[in-house]
Amino acid sequence: MAAGTKPFLQLDRVDKSFENDGKLEKVLQDITFEMEKGEVVSILGKSGCGKSTLLNLIGGFDKPSSGDVYFDGSIVTSPSRRAIMLFQDYGLFPWRTVKKNVELGLEPDKSLTPEARKKRALDYIKMVGLEESQNRFPSQLSGGMKQRVAIARALAIKPELILMDEPFAALDTFNRYYLQDELLKLQDQEKTNIVLVTHDIDEAVYLSDRVIIMDSNPGRIKKVVKINLSKPRDRSHGDFHYYRKVIFDSFRFAKNENQPEYNI
Amino acid sequence: MRRVFSKFTNILVAFVLVIVVWQLVIFIGDYPEALLPPPLAVGEAIVSLIRDGTFFVHLQVSMFRFASGYLSAVIAAVVLGLILGRLPLVWKVVDPIVQVLRPVAPVAWAPFIVLWFGIGNMPAIVTIFIAAFFPVLLSTVSAVKKIDRTYLKVAQNLELNQPALMYKIILPAAFPYIANGLHIAVGTGWIFLVAGEMIGAQSGLGYLIIDSRNALDLDFVLAGIIFIGVLGLILDKLIGFFEKWVGKQWGAQG
Repeated sequence: MAAGTKPFLQLDRVDKSFENDGKLEKVLQDITFEMEKGEVVSILGKSGCGKSTLLNLIGGFDKPSSGDVYFDGSIVTSPSRRAIMLFQDYGLFPWRTVKKNVELGLEPDKSLTPEARKKRALDYIKMVGLEESQNRFPSQLSGGMKQRVAIARALAIKPELILMDEPFAALDTFNRYYLQDELLKLQDQEKTNIVLVTHDIDEAVYLSDRVIIMDSNPGRIKKVVKINLSKPRDRSHGDFHYYRKVIFDSFRFAKNENQPEYNI
Repeated sequence: MRRVFSKFTNILVAFVLVIVVWQLVIFIGDYPEALLPPPLAVGEAIVSLIRDGTFFVHLQVSMFRFASGYLSAVIAAVVLGLILGRLPLVWKVVDPIVQVLRPVAPVAWAPFIVLWFGIGNMPAIVTIFIAAFFPVLLSTVSAVKKIDRTYLKVAQNLELNQPALMYKIILPAAFPYIANGLHIAVGTGWIFLVAGEMIGAQSGLGYLIIDSRNALDLDFVLAGIIFIGVLGLILDKLIGFFEKWVGKQWGAQG
């Protein structure tokens, strides 16, 4: 296949095993999917289904045991500024202020002058609504604010892909809803691709164009659900609940397969 | 304000208590002045050392030696520690060597120090260097090894390369633990100042003690001991302030 015809992101029969106490444990098995430009894809599954491992493979933090991850036509071998990961614990540097944390992401970019760097950092800090907190340290911020700093730092780099590892898991419901809306707005502005790992069905349906449902032991793709709803979505709308139910049922089926005696 | 005051009274009470016990021991034991000089004689020695300026001459010399030995040890140990902490395989080889060298009191090297570095300022500086080097090296290496994996992953993701990775991420991330080593090293370095100045020196607070001992002026020996003790306390407080100051610049962690 020529490089030009490759999809934006492609995983081709990816397997991943880890050695545990001398035994080889398979964490991911035969993961194959593609992602188009501009898409938001959620990877949904129970804890331990290897979804974070999958995200690490896409980001280049780890290498597949077999199979390949292609990003924009070439094999991913190491992390790059084109695909920025947002960590569950935010990954902010506590010795740098909000402003300096965002600027740090731009410092390796030699094409930016210090003035341009400061300006761009400030633009994105404004975008996530933290202008007044720009000189504060992460320890002085709430969890939601920290996550917004991390989002600003990621977006300021203008990556083509953002990888999110349960980004809102540590936040309370209201903060989570608020930040999910913010993220959708920003994604719409910047047209960034997003791969989101979550165990929250609502979050997956609310944010994504497609939901990849994972099964555990070893982690594999169980089902892919395309969400045909226009954004922004209404969490209380019937269609929203339809998709919620589709996904919910796919988890319940897994239970029934193992326990056929409960047939009604 | 009240806390400062109570801290001050605590010091005063401790000070008075020591003098009272000291004087009582002399009264009860009836020790001659040549064996244990009374507080008053030592006080007079302190005043006379300050008044004729001898103290300040020795102080200046000692502080210069301490600062050179300590700072060069800190710079060498931090730089080396940052590198070795990032090279676990190399550290596995270096670690046993360090563990063998570390328990050796720096004065044990005295014969070699004099042979290699001569007399004057160098023996004391080298002795303090050896004393301060190992605590800082060990705390730096373990600090670097303990750095949160997420910081390194983020740095990798941002394509932050050396040397920026070292001074923008690894040093500040490790600093709270390195500061521990800096603190310990001030203490050990200062302890070995006296020992260092016993080797081929003709000045300094350590020399003041040795010289007074040779002249059997035990009140001056005790005056020197008190000077060294009080200065050690002040240095310890200063490094505490330095740590707090850096902590403030770096978001007051810990």
